[in-house]
Amino acid sequence: MNSIILLTSFGILNLFIGFSKSKKIIMPLVLLFLAIVFVVNLTGWNDTQTYFERMLTIDNFAIAFTAVVVLTTILVLPFSQSYIDQQNDSLAEYYSLLLFSLVGAIMMVAYENLLMLFVGIEILSISMYILAGSDKKNLKSNEAGLKYFLMGSFATGILLFGIVLIYGATGTFYISEISSAATAQSNNELTSPLLGMGLLFTLIGISFKVSAAPFHFWTPDVYEGTPTFFMAFMSTVVKAAGFAGFYKLMSVSFAGAQNIWFPTLIAMAVVTLAIGNIGAVAQNSFKRMMAYSSISHAGYLMIALLSFNDRSENAIFFYSLAYSVSTVAALGILKLVADQRDDVSYNAFNGLGRTNPLLAAVMTISMCSLAGIPLTGGFFGKLFIFSAALEQELLWLIIVAILMAAVGFYYYFRVIIAMYMREPSGDRVPVGSVATFALIFMTVLTFVLGIAPGLLSNIL
Amino acid sequence: MNEIPEVIRTIPLQYYLFFSSTLFVIGIIGVLTRRNAIIIFMCIELMLNAVNLLLTAFSAYRSDANGQVFVFFIMAVAAAEVCVGLAIIVMIYRNLRSTDINILSNLKW
Repeated sequence: MNSIILLTSFGILNLFIGFSKSKKIIMPLVLLFLAIVFVVNLTGWNDTQTYFERMLTIDNFAIAFTAVVVLTTILVLPFSQSYIDQQNDSLAEYYSLLLFSLVGAIMMVAYENLLMLFVGIEILSISMYILAGSDKKNLKSNEAGLKYFLMGSFATGILLFGIVLIYGATGTFYISEISSAATAQSNNELTSPLLGMGLLFTLIGISFKVSAAPFHFWTPDVYEGTPTFFMAFMSTVVKAAGFAGFYKLMSVSFAGAQNIWFPTLIAMAVVTLAIGNIGAVAQNSFKRMMAYSSISHAGYLMIALLSFNDRSENAIFFYSLAYSVSTVAALGILKLVADQRDDVSYNAFNGLGRTNPLLAAVMTISMCSLAGIPLTGGFFGKLFIFSAALEQELLWLIIVAILMAAVGFYYYFRVIIAMYMREPSGDRVPVGSVATFALIFMTVLTFVLGIAPGLLSNIL
Repeated sequence: MNEIPEVIRTIPLQYYLFFSSTLFVIGIIGVLTRRNAIIIFMCIELMLNAVNLLLTAFSAYRSDANGQVFVFFIMAVAAAEVCVGLAIIVMIYRNLRSTDINILSNLKW
């Protein structure tokens, strides 16, 4: 709760700081704000508090995911250096929108009432609509903003209809109270059609937000058009918060009603994995490949959701952390490279190993982590998810996922080949000192997660 | 003068359900078939209003105020969405002089 209050007031304060002539002080200040929020958030560990008539519960689950999204934002920010160098007039507004959208993310992981879930999703999404279209003169960014907005509010409508039908069937918005009503109704021979339809619509609405197939089709277009800096935020924070909220809804409210949704979600997980990985293979644009890669990671996270035991919370947490860190590193480097070479395809990375050995090394490690190679965080993320799924006897699903992970090697390694085996296509890429520090930090974190996963694998 | 929930309850609940579902489906069909961004947007608002109506009906039938409070939140969020959405549509209109979504095909592979 303190983190929500702090983020809101820092966001407003930051808008006033935006009036100052110098754009240089804004980023250090926002980093300081976020560091304060990160620390304050962690002080509530092991101290469960409820707020607003039990509508929000800040427990360890919420604190852990808040830490993930705040840390991700801290790591994304250094890559906005080019906005500062260009003296972008809207810089403070961008940062404030990021801070406000984090409030939505926290509400999505801490909700106890579907009202808070809805408000959280909307706070996060509405900020993202603006940021997706923030490059006002660029037609691609305009198009991304409009597509994201139309698709997102369409999904909101469907989600709301689902929530209303669940309310009609159970008479409450509290997820713990829905649980008892849903369990009773689903064990009946005659499942209430209201509950079934409501659950279906809610699933569709949330799958839209976390870009799980078959509701993923907006993702590649929107991510490609969105400025890379905001794409790094969108593909990590929205996904981590979305899956935490999704998991909470399924595990608390509908654990007893598994017979209704389990087959649907299994089919969705398989389709998501297939479309994400096979779609990524066909891409020539690195940015679009990362969009498909984010779909495929949604597929792995759905397996954790399905396995649905005491390990899956930890698995989702660990996977989101490892995925967010590697994705931010990869997209941050893409931003630095694309600013100089004006290209987002694989060719932009040609010869980066010779011109910028550090960038190439960090990129290699983050690609290895995304592909799931041992000694990196991504490997243990996948391992935890698969071992959680194994307890649930979803062996064939794991085999599908491993085959798809093998497909992933192809497109992740294409960029490594471009970096080390092609002639350089441009000069040395300039990297700011804060960005260098962030990149090194992310590499170290990936290795720490990969060498000592026990540090964070059992905290929930 | 009857209380408003009593007035709402003079019509059977199924009728509200059918009416709201019809409105919602009209909204969905509109989103999927129309090609003008503003009309698509109006159809989305129609979907939200179908939800509001159904929430009010359920709330009155269950004598539970939570549903009506939810309606206020939906209205507030819908207003915020209108602000952002119309701003995005105006931005596109300035650049392209059109709000037809068929023009928007830069992002394909």
